[in-house]
Amino acid sequence: MTHLEEEQLVLYYYGELETADLEKHLGECESCRRAYQNLQRVLNSVDGFPVPERPADYESRVWSALQHHLPRARPRMKWLAWKPLAAAAAMAGLMAAAFFAGQFSKKPQTVAADPRARERVLLVAVGDHLERSQMVLIELANAGAPKDGSLDISYQQRAAEDLVESNRLYRTTAANAGDVATASLLDELERVLLEIAHSPSRVSGRQLDELRKEIEDRGILFKVKVFGQQVEQREAAPENAATL
Amino acid sequence: MEDSDSVAVARAKAGDGDAYRELVDRHSRGVFRLAFRMTGNEHDSEDVVQETFLRAYRQLHRYEARSSFATWLYRIAANYSLDLVRRRKRRGDVPLTAPAEDDGVERARGIPSPQPDPERLAFSGAIQERVRQAMDELSRQERTAFVLRHFEGQSIEEISGALGLSENAAKHSIFRAVQKLRRALEPLVTS
Repeated sequence: MTHLEEEQLVLYYYGELETADLEKHLGECESCRRAYQNLQRVLNSVDGFPVPERPADYESRVWSALQHHLPRARPRMKWLAWKPLAAAAAMAGLMAAAFFAGQFSKKPQTVAADPRARERVLLVAVGDHLERSQMVLIELANAGAPKDGSLDISYQQRAAEDLVESNRLYRTTAANAGDVATASLLDELERVLLEIAHSPSRVSGRQLDELRKEIEDRGILFKVKVFGQQVEQREAAPENAATL
Repeated sequence: MEDSDSVAVARAKAGDGDAYRELVDRHSRGVFRLAFRMTGNEHDSEDVVQETFLRAYRQLHRYEARSSFATWLYRIAANYSLDLVRRRKRRGDVPLTAPAEDDGVERARGIPSPQPDPERLAFSGAIQERVRQAMDELSRQERTAFVLRHFEGQSIEEISGALGLSENAAKHSIFRAVQKLRRALEPLVTS
């Protein structure tokens, strides 16, 4: 009779092996049974590995130390914050509906057909989109020197991927609405977002510098900031709304 | 626990800070235990707990419930522990639980150390001490794979994914760990 190998016994102990034949063998072979019992004793004894006890309020202590380091959620329109791309698609749909309503409606004074109402819809959506984009750019621009040779930018990369999709929808919508300034800014922003989205998830110091240079050379952070302020002003004074 | 974790994760993803606190409350002790079993150092283990929950929060949008939240979280903790141990090794730091050199040679040969004397210590205390010493004898990869398999109940497939190893390499890391533990502990527990 062929005896069981130690590796088979280990896999059996951890439930990673078909058991029927093995258990039959263990029932019949005293030598293998003894070997398995010794293995059981050894591995069961490892359960006694001493780990220092934590105080009763340990969870609260962990949370107290942790919460100051967690990124704070910024207040914004919840339905926009929840799914940027879905929000962008909804906005673009709304804009398109408003546009066609304006084209074909016999009643040009309805809200949907009112050019100012259409612009307000775009303003609100683009304002939120720019705010999110600005956060990603700021995080990269202010990132510290990479530790251990590289920096994990997967969070910003993923955010940039989402933003590229919504950016395309807003840019197309703005272009169709004849808002050249907005479409032009979104076009520039899209190029930078694409650079970030296509970067490796871990970047070296040199790659991070290249990304920063791309952001700086285009002056995109400044443009987005100024544009965002203009959007806020327009939102605050809807009566004066005109093409940005 | 897994169902309630899923609910809390969904709420946390939607920006509910209280939900993330629930996850921290449920898993912080478990993450500490895992970290200590891997690093053998209390201070490092606290560092692992903080960094694990911070990384998990930042990566929460990537968690897609293919594995349980606990498995995903412990994978982050295991990898960070491994990084920490590697960095200490590069800097030449000696782990707090590291045994004396001559004692290590004896254990590597499978010869039970005369200290501490089991006759003078409580038997369970002696075993605990020997387990701690034997764990320190494992390589970093062996220790990580073994801790995830033995203490966290992760499958070899999950361990290979967590450590970026082939399933065969993960399996053999566990086998080597068990062999070393066996050499060190068998004389004590089967006598």
